[in-house]
Amino acid sequence: MINFKYIAELVELAESSKKTIAEVVWGWESEESQCSSDVVWNKMHAGLKVMQDAVRQGLQEQEKSFSGLVGGDACRFTNADTFLGPVVAKAAAYALGVSEVNARMGKIVACPTAGSCGIVPGAILAVGEHLKCDDKVLVKALFTAAGIGAVISSNATVAGAVGGCQAECGSAAAMAAAAVTEMLGGTPKQSAHALALALKNLLGLVCDPVAGLVEVPCVKRNAFAAVHALLAAQMALAGIESVIPADEVIEAMYRIGLDLPRTLKETSEGGLAKTPTGERITEGING
Amino acid sequence: MGVFDIIGPVMIGPSSSHTAGAARLGKMAGTILGEVPVKAVITLYGSFAQTYKGHGTDKALVAGLMGFAADDERIKDALSLAEKSGLEVVFKSSQGDYHPNTAEFELSGVSGKKARVRGASLGGGSIRITSIDGYEVEFAGEYYTLITIHQDKPGVIANITQILAQQNVNIAFMRVSRKQKGAQALMILETDQPIALRAINAMNELSGIQSALVVQPI
Repeated sequence: MINFKYIAELVELAESSKKTIAEVVWGWESEESQCSSDVVWNKMHAGLKVMQDAVRQGLQEQEKSFSGLVGGDACRFTNADTFLGPVVAKAAAYALGVSEVNARMGKIVACPTAGSCGIVPGAILAVGEHLKCDDKVLVKALFTAAGIGAVISSNATVAGAVGGCQAECGSAAAMAAAAVTEMLGGTPKQSAHALALALKNLLGLVCDPVAGLVEVPCVKRNAFAAVHALLAAQMALAGIESVIPADEVIEAMYRIGLDLPRTLKETSEGGLAKTPTGERITEGING
Repeated sequence: MGVFDIIGPVMIGPSSSHTAGAARLGKMAGTILGEVPVKAVITLYGSFAQTYKGHGTDKALVAGLMGFAADDERIKDALSLAEKSGLEVVFKSSQGDYHPNTAEFELSGVSGKKARVRGASLGGGSIRITSIDGYEVEFAGEYYTLITIHQDKPGVIANITQILAQQNVNIAFMRVSRKQKGAQALMILETDQPIALRAINAMNELSGIQSALVVQPI
C-alpha cells in the first residue's frame, strides 16, 4: 500500500524505494483508482497533449477574451527581442499562452485550477525543450506535480475562494518547481526544497480579479509564477535549502489563507478589482 | 483525492466552477430530462448570476443541455448552436438561499416531458444536484446514479434493490425522499457498477414505480 499525507512521507517513500517522486505518485494513483499503471499513464499523457496543444494555440492566436481584457500577449512576448535566457522566456510565453487560451474559452487542463493552468505546462515544457526530452519525461513531471498538489490540496487548499491566489498560483508554482527539479535530476529532497521555496515566496498572494474574471491579473501572473518556479528549482538544484520544511510552509499557507479577509478571496470586493480602473471595467462588462 | 483531481479536469476555460462545472450541471439536467430539450428556462443564483457572461457560464450550461462534455470545444458557440437546433433558452437571475454557484433548469423535452432540476457547481468542476422536480436530493454524478420516482409504500425499494442484487450491482449510497407520507417518493441510488438497460426496463415494469432512470457518471 502506497500512502502519504505529507511531503516528508512522499520524499521518504521515494528515497527508501529508490524511486522518483513521479514513480511513487504514479504507483499510488494506480492503486487508489484500481486502474492499471498503463491506463493511468495514458490518461496523464492525454492531459500533457492538451497542454502542448494549448501552448501551440496560445502562441499563434491573438483573439481577445469575451471581455476584451486579455489575448495576444503570448504572441507579443514571443515575437519581441528578449534579454532573458531562452528557458525563462519560453516558460513565461507558454504560461501566458495557455492562460490566454483559457480566457478565450479554449481547451486547457486545470492544474491545479483553471486560473493557474499555465504555470506547470509553461515551466515543464520550456525545461523539456531545453533537455530535448521526450513525452515520457514530461508525463513523469506531471505525476510529480500532481503528487505535490495532492498533498497541498488535502492538508491545505488549492481554491482561491478559500486561500487566495497563493493557494492557486502559489500551489501551481510549488508543483512546477518540484517537477522541474526532478526533471533536471534533483533528488526527492531537493524537489521538496524547491516546492517549499516556491510556495514560501508567494505566501499572502491575494485573489482580487477584476470583474470576477480569470483575466486580470491572472493571465500575466501565470507567466510570473512559471518563472518563479524555475528560480526555486534552480536554487534547490544548487543545494539551497528552505529553512522552513515544505509541510510547514503548506500549513502556513493554509493559515494565511484563512486569515485573509474575504474581500481578497475571489469575491472581487477588494484589491485590484476595487481600483478605479477595475471598477470601470466591471461596470462595462456586467453593467 | 487522486492525481487527476489536481492535473485535471481537461476542460474548456475560463473557470472550473463557472464553466466546466456549469457544463456538467447542464449535462446532468439534460440527462435527467431524458430526451432532447426544446425549451430551457435557466435561473442563475449568486455568483453565477453576477458573473455568468464573462465566464461563459450561460454557454456552458446550454452546451451541457445539448449533451456536450466539459472539454468540448463547441461550448464557445453553444448559444448559436442551440438556436440552430431548435432549443429555446431563457436566462433569469434570482436570489435564493442556495450555494453561490447555483442554477435551476425548467426543461421541456421534444415529447412534451418536463423536468425541474437544481444544482450547484462546487469548484474544480465538481457539482451537486440538489433538487429534482421539487424533491430535495443530493448527488454528484460521480457514480452510476439510479433515480426512481415511485409510490411511498412497503416493498417498492426492496424490489428495486432485488433487481440490482441479481445484476451483481453494489450500492454505494442511497437516499429516499418524499413530499408526503404514502404519496410519491424519489430515490437516488449510487452504484459502483454500471446498471444494465434490462435492469432499468425491469424496474419500470414493477408495480408502484412511476419512472426509473440511470445517469452515467459525468
